[in-house]
Amino acid sequence: MTTISSQIATPAPTYDPHARISGTVWLKANLFGSIWQSLLTVIVAAGLIRFFWFVLDWGVINAVFYTTDPDVCRAATGACWAVIVEKHRPMLFGLYPYDEHWRLVLMMVIYLVTVVISLWPRFWNLRLLVPLWIFATLSIGALMFGGVLGLRYVATSEWGGLPLTMLLFTGTVLIGMPVAVLLALGRRAPLPVARGVSVVFIESLRGVPLITILFVAVNVFPLFLPAGMEVNKLLRITVGIAIFFACYQAEVIRGGLQAIPRGQYEAAQSLSLSYWQTTRTIILPQALRISLPAITNHIIAAMKNTSFVIIIGLFDILTATTAVMQDPLWRKFYVEAYLFVAAVYLFFGYALSLYARQVEKWIASGRI
Amino acid sequence: MTDASPGRSGARPARNLKDILYSESFRTVIYQVALAAAVALLGFYLYQNVIANLSRQNIATGFGFLDQVAQFEIGETLIAYSSRDTYGRALLVGLINTLTVSAAGIVVATVIGFSVGIARVSTNWLLQRIATAYVEIVRNIPVILQVIFWAAVIRNLPAPRQAIELWGLGFLSNRGLTFVMPVAHAAHVWMLAALVTGIVLAAAASHLAKRHREATGRYVDMLWPSIALIAGLPLLVWLVFGAPHAISYPQRQGFNFAGGATISPEFVALMAGISLYSSGFIAEIVRAGIQATPRGQVEAARSIALRPRFILRYVVLPQALRVIVPPLTSQYVSLIKNSSIAVVIGYPDLVNIGNTVMNQTGQAVEAIAVMMMVYLIISVVTSLLMNAYNRLVAIKER
Repeated sequence: MTTISSQIATPAPTYDPHARISGTVWLKANLFGSIWQSLLTVIVAAGLIRFFWFVLDWGVINAVFYTTDPDVCRAATGACWAVIVEKHRPMLFGLYPYDEHWRLVLMMVIYLVTVVISLWPRFWNLRLLVPLWIFATLSIGALMFGGVLGLRYVATSEWGGLPLTMLLFTGTVLIGMPVAVLLALGRRAPLPVARGVSVVFIESLRGVPLITILFVAVNVFPLFLPAGMEVNKLLRITVGIAIFFACYQAEVIRGGLQAIPRGQYEAAQSLSLSYWQTTRTIILPQALRISLPAITNHIIAAMKNTSFVIIIGLFDILTATTAVMQDPLWRKFYVEAYLFVAAVYLFFGYALSLYARQVEKWIASGRI
Repeated sequence: MTDASPGRSGARPARNLKDILYSESFRTVIYQVALAAAVALLGFYLYQNVIANLSRQNIATGFGFLDQVAQFEIGETLIAYSSRDTYGRALLVGLINTLTVSAAGIVVATVIGFSVGIARVSTNWLLQRIATAYVEIVRNIPVILQVIFWAAVIRNLPAPRQAIELWGLGFLSNRGLTFVMPVAHAAHVWMLAALVTGIVLAAAASHLAKRHREATGRYVDMLWPSIALIAGLPLLVWLVFGAPHAISYPQRQGFNFAGGATISPEFVALMAGISLYSSGFIAEIVRAGIQATPRGQVEAARSIALRPRFILRYVVLPQALRVIVPPLTSQYVSLIKNSSIAVVIGYPDLVNIGNTVMNQTGQAVEAIAVMMMVYLIISVVTSLLMNAYNRLVAIKER
């Protein structure tokens, strides 16, 4: 995206595209092209300098970085980053029992290591990944639930903070992607009934806000079950978000499917491959590659959407922070606390989009 | 494209049972019957469970509750409502609030989004970078976080006594946004009617001018007549009514303000959150739209001495709008859906009131069904309008 806009903004090099543009030429072309251009640059630069000065003044020079006494923060004119230091544990870990927080730290380490390894093409073989994921699932389960190896049992209603956000996000993607593929295939299936079911399902869920689906998961779904049967609330909510995610993702994948030329189907047919063989080995790999940029967008959106659980009272990082900010001693420093949460989301979102860009490069170079 | 499916052999007369069983068409029918039966059975099973569960918990079914007395107050109402009114009316109040905050949010998001989107393709490097940074930040922070943040900001604003003054036009305080407002007058309704009439007349006149041009080849410039019609008619009505110009200025009074008009803190926070979030996406849509017109076309238009106004009207806009409008509409729909996070900060929108109704009556299925239907209708109507518009602007090939 950036490359396109910078192409438009900077005048195309005339003769030798590899020639280095000198500094003054660049300045003239991009900042001081005409009187109005220069005036605009000066005004914008002045505003920008004021803004950065304010950020520096508030966020660094006059800020309080460490104190346990909120009155110190009150006396200062700058930011109170101490609120994050002081409150980072309830913000990051929510309602989880205070003495057991080390388990969550360990869980996050295992989680991040597993995810990072799984994202690396070098490690893409099942003999490594299957044991890794089994180990990760079992150890994370043991750490989160407890009740084994002398760990105290912690119910899912006490889970919270960043680990909960991670679990919700992972669950959404792992459950949602296969559902999305099935829905997309269903929508393009030769069977009218399958098509009808998929279209109605996708379009009706895309037409309603996520909140209503969360309400269904929490308030209506238990009514669907026979008496005496219960499904864990966290699981219900994860599945709800996952299905919502799948409906959007299905439309993206359908776009990829539509981009596959007919000849590919016909070639597969002439090899007398079955529908599922064709889909699995020929159609889907291409369709998913084509729609990858849009798929990543929705995966990042899914991460942001996990924050919706505040409405039904799950203690993800945002809910936990909002609850912490009810503390009358520290309430005044909500800006710092919310900036911290925003930074966490920005960090993971940025990491995901960087990775997606890398995958696009790998695809372009034929590595995957 | 459905016929692109693999494995569909041509029609071959079936000879025996085995041939029938293995024939493509027979299997297709079987799969579909099985799928339809599975869906129907699942639906029936779930329905049975719901009925059994509801009767066991003594929860009423059906939409009769809409006529019962609601017995709760609503903070902000645009239509008359009291706690003696029905649940149905309460939900209507919520729907109107949803539409109001969404409409305001759409206007704000569009203005900011178009400005930032244009700045994104600016030739000024500094401006372009700032716009890019803005887009990346507002798009990647969850909308709920943004709404909660603005709600906290407004809650922590000074009380009306120390309210922040906005250039003598209003105040920003923890009571929300208070601003000057013309005193309501009968003329205002008629001015609005005159405005609509003016727009209709201007559109009709432009159409006639176009017909005239196509018939005779003579161009009639309708720009100024149109402006005169649209701006002049309301002005004329205002003068006819004796130019009522009473304006109510807000004044600090006790712990609150007197006079002026006030927008509640919840409304301001919700609108700020959802519109800033959407403005980032709109900016990207606008950027893509602007870049959809190749530079060569603008240069070509200039070389045949087309006026800048006409270059915009007949060369750039038709192509840009074709790219901008479809995703813009879906962005508007998602803004309307995002307004449902009002429930987090206590703005009485449809979902918030629906939630209260659900908790009071226990009729979760019906209450949620009402909410979903309303949003579905909004989505469907929008996409119908969208398709109609697309047919209108689609490239007409001969």
